[in-house]
Amino acid sequence: MAITGKDETMTDTSTASPKPATQPAPARPTAPTGAPLLEIQDLAIHFRSARGVARVVDGTTLTIHQNEIVGVAGESGSGKTTLVEAILQIIRFPNRETHGSVMFTPRSGPKIDLMKTNERQMRRLRLNEIAYVPQGSMNSLNPVARVGDQIVDGMVDHGLGKREARDRVPGILERVGLEQRVAKLYPHELSGGMKQRVIIAIAISMNPSLIIADEPTTALDVNVQRKILATLSKLRDDLNVAIMIVSHDLPVHAQLVDRIAVMYAGQIVEAGDIRSTVKLPLHPYARGLMNAIPSIGKPRERLEGIKGATPSPLSWPPGCRFHNRCPHVMDVCQTTPPILAAAEPGDRDTGDGIVLVQPGREVACHLYLESTPKEARPQ
Amino acid sequence: MSESTRPAVPLLELRDATTIFGSGAQETVANDHVSLAMAEAPPRLLSIVGESGSGKTTAARTLLGLQKPTGGQALWRGKDIYALPKRDMHAFRSEIQAVFQDPYGIFNPFYKINRVFDLTIKKFNLASSRQDREGLIEDALRVVNLRPPDVLGRYPHQLSGGERQRVMLARAYLMKPKLIVADEAISMLDVAVRAVIMNILLDFKEQAGMSTVFITHDLSAAHYLGGDIMVMRRGQVVETGTVDRVLQAPEHPYTRLLLDSIPSPDPDERWQDDVAAIARLEEEAGVAERDVVTTA
Repeated sequence: MAITGKDETMTDTSTASPKPATQPAPARPTAPTGAPLLEIQDLAIHFRSARGVARVVDGTTLTIHQNEIVGVAGESGSGKTTLVEAILQIIRFPNRETHGSVMFTPRSGPKIDLMKTNERQMRRLRLNEIAYVPQGSMNSLNPVARVGDQIVDGMVDHGLGKREARDRVPGILERVGLEQRVAKLYPHELSGGMKQRVIIAIAISMNPSLIIADEPTTALDVNVQRKILATLSKLRDDLNVAIMIVSHDLPVHAQLVDRIAVMYAGQIVEAGDIRSTVKLPLHPYARGLMNAIPSIGKPRERLEGIKGATPSPLSWPPGCRFHNRCPHVMDVCQTTPPILAAAEPGDRDTGDGIVLVQPGREVACHLYLESTPKEARPQ
Repeated sequence: MSESTRPAVPLLELRDATTIFGSGAQETVANDHVSLAMAEAPPRLLSIVGESGSGKTTAARTLLGLQKPTGGQALWRGKDIYALPKRDMHAFRSEIQAVFQDPYGIFNPFYKINRVFDLTIKKFNLASSRQDREGLIEDALRVVNLRPPDVLGRYPHQLSGGERQRVMLARAYLMKPKLIVADEAISMLDVAVRAVIMNILLDFKEQAGMSTVFITHDLSAAHYLGGDIMVMRRGQVVETGTVDRVLQAPEHPYTRLLLDSIPSPDPDERWQDDVAAIARLEEEAGVAERDVVTTA
């Protein structure tokens, strides 16, 4: 997976540890087939503060289609969480400025711009159409209420009769792989993985068309994380739901998602189907992320990580926001911001070697953009 | 734990250390006859891995003199860590240093970063003059790849998580300890920064002769560091050996489960088991997920 030298093949065939039975990700078409469900168009979320304007999300475009799993990756401070909080309109911070639009297609009725909805309209959408699993929410269950009642609460709050809501609980628990008696237990009586499954149960209780999950596997043990991933993947097939999953963990995306968007400094720097993006990341930041993952079975050699620190949203660097950490920085990078667009197909010099860029890749990097003058790129 | 030359008295040792919290029905055996030995030389890396609740942090705290075991012994140079005279305690603290998980909680937000170094230098009389002191601090920062002006004079909230964790490593380095106990020191950091922190520990070993006991839930981090590994489950050590042996040919079903559950970064290697199948593997490995009812 690592691009180690010139022209090296991307296949990693080294085997060392016995691997569990795995298989390639299902051959879903590289281009999504479902109708667009959520269309984030040039979204910017800025906060005015005493120290200036924090441009936390700054020009993000991403579409999620029906029944699709889309991953958002990036390091802390890249704007992932603010992006999903903006979609759900739950940012309470004062002095917020919003630009751009987030068009959502409900099951019935016309498209609606989530950035222009009022609180009443938004409440109708939440849980019914768009369910949210916030980061660390498994630790926010009400400690003095039984799990079953908490699942019922959400449904009643969003328009279901109490009786009907209660009747739905057994089926919901079964969907997320919890035994029926769990409904009678209190959160402190459950393990971490079970609590996370309760949260997912609440999320699917009203049959939403989109689930947005923020770091749903972080802080769980690896075997428990594996069960959560299996659960989410099955829910997509069973419930015909789309899932947007935010995680800093690329291997988690590799196991679950169809398409991935890599965020850096408030913007998406690379987007594409998971297989080509992970096997041949184009953006130097995405490549740095991939190469920072220690992998069992590969020969032990020093990993570099990515030098430098995430810049501040109060003062993103000019030009390409990654330029001061980029190993392949060019003159043009310091002045002209690259805009996310289709990478020019063909043989490209990534700085680490020549790679063949297939059509359909999107990247915000001057190394690949047709709009970047030829003479500014490596020859 | 390597079978080769073991000097008579290890630098740090647990002998059947057992720690029980609570009593009666509430009893939790956090460590159940845990034994390990770290010699002073040659420097060595030992990773202790296991799921949350496996007792790895209790073992680390016992090694650091923070959690007296209810049974067995914790020894520093053959002496009981929990019965050290004051003078020895001072020496123990300067030889054995700690780096903890949370690079946010460890700092007092009201003080500048400098205080972390100043206190250490004062407490252990590391410098006789201001010049000496500044030299020491700059030296320690350089080892962890931080530029003094980027750190000194600033407050903790002005640094990133990775920078703060490097400050903690620099602070440990100041003491020129023989051994560092790093408890989940990378788990709260971004992937891109984790390698940086692990590289520093590798440098400490290779260039400064310092050993590390590295507590982690992440087998791939243990693989990256190399050296030896000790796998814990529900308070007990279930497997020990060199990282290469244990990860190539794990003997215990729990080690196999941990190894199999590391997500592959290759979408062509996706797991296919459903939740029930994974639960069966957990059962086999003795770590079935439990709520209170199943435990009772």
